[in-house]
Amino acid sequence: MSYSDWLIQLAQTALVLGLAPLLSGVTRKIRARLLRRQGPSILQPYRDLLKLIRKEAVVAENASWLFRAAPYLIFATTWVAAALVPTFASGLPLGAVADLIVIVALLGTARFLLALAGLDVGTSFGGLGSSREMLFASLAEPAMLMAVFTLSLFAGSTQLSSISAYMLGPGAGVDISLALALVALIIVSIGENARIPVDNPATHLELTMVHEAMILEYSGRHLAVLEAAAAVKLLLYLSLIACVFTPWGTAVAGAGVLAYLIGLLAWAIKLAVLGFLLVLFETAIAKMRVFRVPEFLGIALMLGLLATILLFVSKVSR
Amino acid sequence: MGQLALIGLLCTPALGAVLLAAIPRYRLAAALNMTLCALTLSCAAALYRHRPQPSLYLLVDDLNTVFLFVGALVGFSTSVFSAGYIAHELQTRRLKARDLRFYHAMYQLLMFAMNLALVSNNIGLMWVAIELATLTTVMMVGIYRTNAALEAAWKYFILGSVGIALALFGTILVYLAAQEHLGQGMVAMAWDRLTVSSASFDPSLLNLSFVFLLLGYGTKVGLVPVHAWLPDAHAEGPTPISAVLSGLLLNVALFALLRFKLIIAGNPHVLAPGPMMVTMGFTSLLFAGFMLYRRRDIKRMFAYSSIEHMGIITLAFGLGGPIASFAGLLHMTMHSLTKSAIFFGVGYISQLEGTQRTADIRGLTHSQPLLGWLLVLGVVAIAGLPPFGIFTSEFLLVTSTFARSPWLAILLVTGLLIAFSALALRLHGLAFGDTDRRHLLPAWRLAPMTLHLLLVAAAGVYLPAPVVAWFRHVASQLG
Amino acid sequence: MSPLDSDIAHLLAGSMVLLSFLLLYQDRMFALLNVFAFHAFALAGSVAWQAFEQRAPHLFITALIALLFKGVVIPVALRRIVVRLGIHRTIDTVVSIGPTMLFGIALVGLSIVVMLPVTQAEGAFVREDLAFALSVVLLGFLMMVTRRNAVSQVIGFMSLENGLVLAASGARGMPLVVEISVGFSVLIAFIVIGIFLFRIRERFDTVDLQALDMSRGES
Repeated sequence: MSYSDWLIQLAQTALVLGLAPLLSGVTRKIRARLLRRQGPSILQPYRDLLKLIRKEAVVAENASWLFRAAPYLIFATTWVAAALVPTFASGLPLGAVADLIVIVALLGTARFLLALAGLDVGTSFGGLGSSREMLFASLAEPAMLMAVFTLSLFAGSTQLSSISAYMLGPGAGVDISLALALVALIIVSIGENARIPVDNPATHLELTMVHEAMILEYSGRHLAVLEAAAAVKLLLYLSLIACVFTPWGTAVAGAGVLAYLIGLLAWAIKLAVLGFLLVLFETAIAKMRVFRVPEFLGIALMLGLLATILLFVSKVSR
Repeated sequence: MGQLALIGLLCTPALGAVLLAAIPRYRLAAALNMTLCALTLSCAAALYRHRPQPSLYLLVDDLNTVFLFVGALVGFSTSVFSAGYIAHELQTRRLKARDLRFYHAMYQLLMFAMNLALVSNNIGLMWVAIELATLTTVMMVGIYRTNAALEAAWKYFILGSVGIALALFGTILVYLAAQEHLGQGMVAMAWDRLTVSSASFDPSLLNLSFVFLLLGYGTKVGLVPVHAWLPDAHAEGPTPISAVLSGLLLNVALFALLRFKLIIAGNPHVLAPGPMMVTMGFTSLLFAGFMLYRRRDIKRMFAYSSIEHMGIITLAFGLGGPIASFAGLLHMTMHSLTKSAIFFGVGYISQLEGTQRTADIRGLTHSQPLLGWLLVLGVVAIAGLPPFGIFTSEFLLVTSTFARSPWLAILLVTGLLIAFSALALRLHGLAFGDTDRRHLLPAWRLAPMTLHLLLVAAAGVYLPAPVVAWFRHVASQLG
Repeated sequence: MSPLDSDIAHLLAGSMVLLSFLLLYQDRMFALLNVFAFHAFALAGSVAWQAFEQRAPHLFITALIALLFKGVVIPVALRRIVVRLGIHRTIDTVVSIGPTMLFGIALVGLSIVVMLPVTQAEGAFVREDLAFALSVVLLGFLMMVTRRNAVSQVIGFMSLENGLVLAASGARGMPLVVEISVGFSVLIAFIVIGIFLFRIRERFDTVDLQALDMSRGES
């Protein structure tokens, strides 16, 4: 493990955090343009974060230490998870622990903390958001794990670098299980990132909100940290999909500066395309009623299961 | 000679269907219908003596001649009954002349489909023929276009299609098992080849296929739990169709099941198909026996009785052995004759009384003595009392069951008694009691019913030696 | 056979299973019809691929029937019926969608557990095909059982039948496949005409025999 590899790893970790607000800025801009609005500048998320950090954090009287600690813990776990996903270079030092199951577990921890924080103050909205979040999670998490399971059956490993290496290699063909896993992963990403049709981060309508309901009591720097964590999470999911299903162009550790630059460019393009597709989907579809969301996420779970079963058939019958 | 008879058997109804579709006058059409059925009957009779060479598509052997002859006979007498029946339907304007053209064409098409299913030597061809037979009966069940009739037709259609789909899956599996040894193509679908060489087929494939076939063709036979279409189809269609359904179509489906049973039984490594058939048959017997108590509609009641008897026959063939198979064959013949005779009677009764509700029909032996007493005889026969043929076959079945598994025999007798008392209970209300109605029917219209009951009574008293030898021979083949 | 060839077969047959699930999931009539059209396209692709692989040109006829008749004619006809009868918003389900889907997964599992051990002697191609075909058949059944509406029941039946054609085309060298698919098409045409002529809106509940007996004046 050379010194430069660590440097690249650090750069990647910093980049993930630094670029996350830009990604949400870009998606908001595209969305606005698609709706024929001017839209805020793509740098607006940075400004928002700065403004929030400078403001005073108002904390409810009956809030416990958990309420204050939760934003930082959530931010930390999400950031670590995001740093594990290979973005422009794979095979980095932290790659050894860049296991899909670890990532799912880290995100699960963050979700757990968020739900606890929502409950902590004891307002009705927080509790409502937490209970909905947990209901959705009970479907989204197994769905994610089924997709992971399918991918690892293909690659023979749950390590992200090995999976993306497998996808680059000759072993990967046209397989319906892969497609199903991809769709399942996309549905889970939409649900986890509180995008339309599952949730709408732009509204505070009590009938429908989930994510916003849990962080309703937060303000100031706490809110800034939580917003940053949400942006990082979106980046994480997009990078994950890009890394598994479009592994082309990613640099291998120690490949030289040019390869890193190409990897960086490829990553940026992938993120832009995926972000555009996400926004396109969001503008084309209407928000679902909350009670239909479990059905929608149930589809992801079903697709994941189906992917595994179909893969099983093709493995056994050969 | 045999070849000619076979061609006649298939072409007479096929061409007849085309011809009848073109004839607008119903009297002429009904007469022609009878003639065609008589021709078919004579062809079937000729096939008993003269067998054509089997080909890859068609085959006449000992087993299907029994079914062919019984089928053609019931088909013929039903056409005679139908001539009288539809004249009345036309008078009461329940059917229009245009409907009758359609009806007659469908009747012959049904005969064609059933004959084809019986003589086909190809599991695929047979499947197609049974599908065609189902389709024609669906059309005829819905011919009154009332809500109830359409509902019954739809239900029959959906359940029948599901059954036929399952049967096709089973057929594909049998082909798959066979093509390893017989090679690809038509050879691996021919009955005679399959039966001879089934010992070397893959047993697990055969096992699976029989489950599908039993459920699939079992739907057509009307075995519980896949019987739901049968009572509705019998109750809502024209009565001649009820007679043909009970007397013919159920048998054809059962015949298909028997053919497959022979293939499966030829392989020593598969699960025995017998116990599965015994279980389904017995369930049908018991279920239908209890259901008989609650019927308020006379045609539905006898439809449930058909389920009961198909259960008995399936049980007999599932049990196997020379005596039980003989009993099954005899029971099938007797049931076809008796049940169609009963439906002939019921058809007239519901026309004369203007209702099918048992509560509204009483005192038939007073209002219409000849018809009433014939119905009494028919119900006595179907309930399994001596001196009718059904008694003989049930007696044979019970004794052979006693010899092999006494517990099953006790259950069987219980089932028979349950059904018997239900019928006796209903019969009393229908046939006896006071009424001030009087009806008169021309005596010739009762000829088919009388003929059938005479045959059944004769078989109960004395079975001619050639018939015994014939049935015994077939029973020994069935194993 | 190269891995790519069997991958394509797997893809086509597998997508039929997936589309069967989507049929179960739909709760709008028009969406149901569209998904069914895709189901038929997948069948056509699958059968055509089989025809190509087995060097059996007659199977192309079956594929063509699936493509034109079931993929285009039937959905269009049913769409017009749905508009005419005004039932485009109503799909009554007996059981709600979630449990139905779970049950469907169980059925797929069952058919695989049943089919794979039984067909050990066959090639990978046939085994996969049959396992998927049985899944599609069972899912079609499930759809027919869980829907009350006549049109969606018919679609369930047709998807079931697509599974059968898949199985028949997968069984190597099976004769009469074309004839059987033509026979099925005739059958379906009759059903569709029947619905149209007689305006059958609702399924007549076969589950609840009690209700049927009531309507028939029994008990």
